Amino acid sequence: MNRKKYTILGLSATLLTIIISVFWIFPLYWGLKTSLTPDMKTVAFPPTWIPHPLTFNSFTYVFKNSPILRWYLNSVFTSLVITVVVIILTMFCAYALSQLNFRGKRLLFLFFLAGFMIPGATNVVPLFMFMNRLNLVNTYWGLILPQLAAPITVIIYKRFFDQVPKELSDAMCIDGAGEFRILFRLFLPLNWGVTWALAIVLFTWSWNNFFWPFIILNSTPMLTIPVGITQVQSAYGVQYSETMATAILAALPTAILYIVFHRQVAKGIAVTAGLK
Amino acid sequence: MSQNKRKSISREKGAGTIRRLKKTSPLRVIFFLIAPFTAAYLAFLIYPLIRVILLSFTNADIAGKGNFIGLGNYAHLIKDPQFWASLWHTIYFILLTVIPNTALGLMFALMIIRLRRLGSTVMVMLFLSYVLPVSVVTNIWLWILDPNFGIINFIFNIKVSWFQDPGWAMPAVAFVTIWWTVGFNILLFIAGLRNIPVEYYEAAALDGATTGFQTFRYITWPLIWPVTSLVLILQLIAQWQIFNQVYLLTRGGPFDKTLVVLQYMYREAFQQHHGGYASAIAVALFILILITSIIQIRFLKAGGKNE
Repeated sequence: MNRKKYTILGLSATLLTIIISVFWIFPLYWGLKTSLTPDMKTVAFPPTWIPHPLTFNSFTYVFKNSPILRWYLNSVFTSLVITVVVIILTMFCAYALSQLNFRGKRLLFLFFLAGFMIPGATNVVPLFMFMNRLNLVNTYWGLILPQLAAPITVIIYKRFFDQVPKELSDAMCIDGAGEFRILFRLFLPLNWGVTWALAIVLFTWSWNNFFWPFIILNSTPMLTIPVGITQVQSAYGVQYSETMATAILAALPTAILYIVFHRQVAKGIAVTAGLK
Repeated sequence: MSQNKRKSISREKGAGTIRRLKKTSPLRVIFFLIAPFTAAYLAFLIYPLIRVILLSFTNADIAGKGNFIGLGNYAHLIKDPQFWASLWHTIYFILLTVIPNTALGLMFALMIIRLRRLGSTVMVMLFLSYVLPVSVVTNIWLWILDPNFGIINFIFNIKVSWFQDPGWAMPAVAFVTIWWTVGFNILLFIAGLRNIPVEYYEAAALDGATTGFQTFRYITWPLIWPVTSLVLILQLIAQWQIFNQVYLLTRGGPFDKTLVVLQYMYREAFQQHHGGYASAIAVALFILILITSIIQIRFLKAGGKNE
């Protein structure tokens, strides 16, 4: 390992990596730069590489002229509910599958495993009809409910619960602790790491989900951020700095979440792919 | 073999007193633990799957009301030129993305894994785009590839309408997709590369594998193969269901040149109100995904054994 320190080849590979990553991030920089440039200047030739003159007008314009705050609320509320409910329901289910004995346990597990084969997108027509019959089209419930069926989280939790040493849970069991006590006092604390990782990934996924909200929501105030901003774009026409300001505002929550918790995101994704 | 043995041992252990203690946990506790998720799973994943199959044999509208018409929708489907066109566009998109995205992912992962302190910064820079909503990605690229004022056309001094040009539209969508999602593949490859024990590389060095290429060919490539096949399968399944980027970048145009299967389903269901026919399209897509994944899993497993 030591001998590959600071060779010409190694240095140029590092340099190439840096150049590629700068190119990769450039579109995001360009969006940010455009959002901070006055509209008149965005189409100027030649384009400037830094925002000049710097202005936040497009951001105030977006806040004043679009329901983006309402869309934030919709997205925060529904994504949080989905994340918390999925974590709790799947944790309960996985605990039973991993630690308790009951008839048909193995069959139930295989049944959940088979869920991987179902591509969500092909289900939207009957799901829409179902929600329509329940009068849930264009409601939070209609948006949230179908996103709760996440069998992958059950499989992951079961795998982690299976690794908890038997002696620990047996000891608590002998002390007379009930199942919920064992789950919340032993299994959950031992698996905080994976729980956080899963929660952040679930939150990001439901925040970014486009197809289902696009289908089930049909009035402007109900939209989530990803669907809402597509409407703003057409409303503004060719106001590039406003369009980019909207995109940046929509990008911020998950981008910040990722930058702060990038280790957890990496762990969560590796775990959902079965690599950890 | 050894796994089976281990299982039977733990089963014998399970027959001890502790297990019996646990068995007494009342049925209502078990029911309370498993029922809520099972109900959601049945209602929102299994029921729609059964329903979409049943609907595909009817002439239902989007409210779900209609009559049984046997194989009528499927008979129409195999003669529907628009369905075949959308199928071809989807396959074209898959060809443009799946293998290049996997290869790039592996390449970037190999570049990142040799970095020490810079590694996580570079990773964040390459992965950041993946956590963004699709509409943010498409809005930014619509601006960068804008025919009149976009920076790319300015730098190369050209005037290409990337998303409206029949030849360029799909490759441009594929490019944006790779830019958006390659981080996911890099992440999986890095996790896989970290799982390869260092001793293997040390042993290879002792055996005379001197160049980086030799180490890659004889150690990294065969040992990373399970991750490679996983990445290929995950992408194939995801790209069959392509809709969002295409819809937001080209709306399926120009002249339906980028109309993909899922958009055709969407159009039939929610714009034409042909719930039955849209269901038949969905079932066809479901079967295609199932068949290609099974073929791919078999093929990739065989590929792994030959190594």
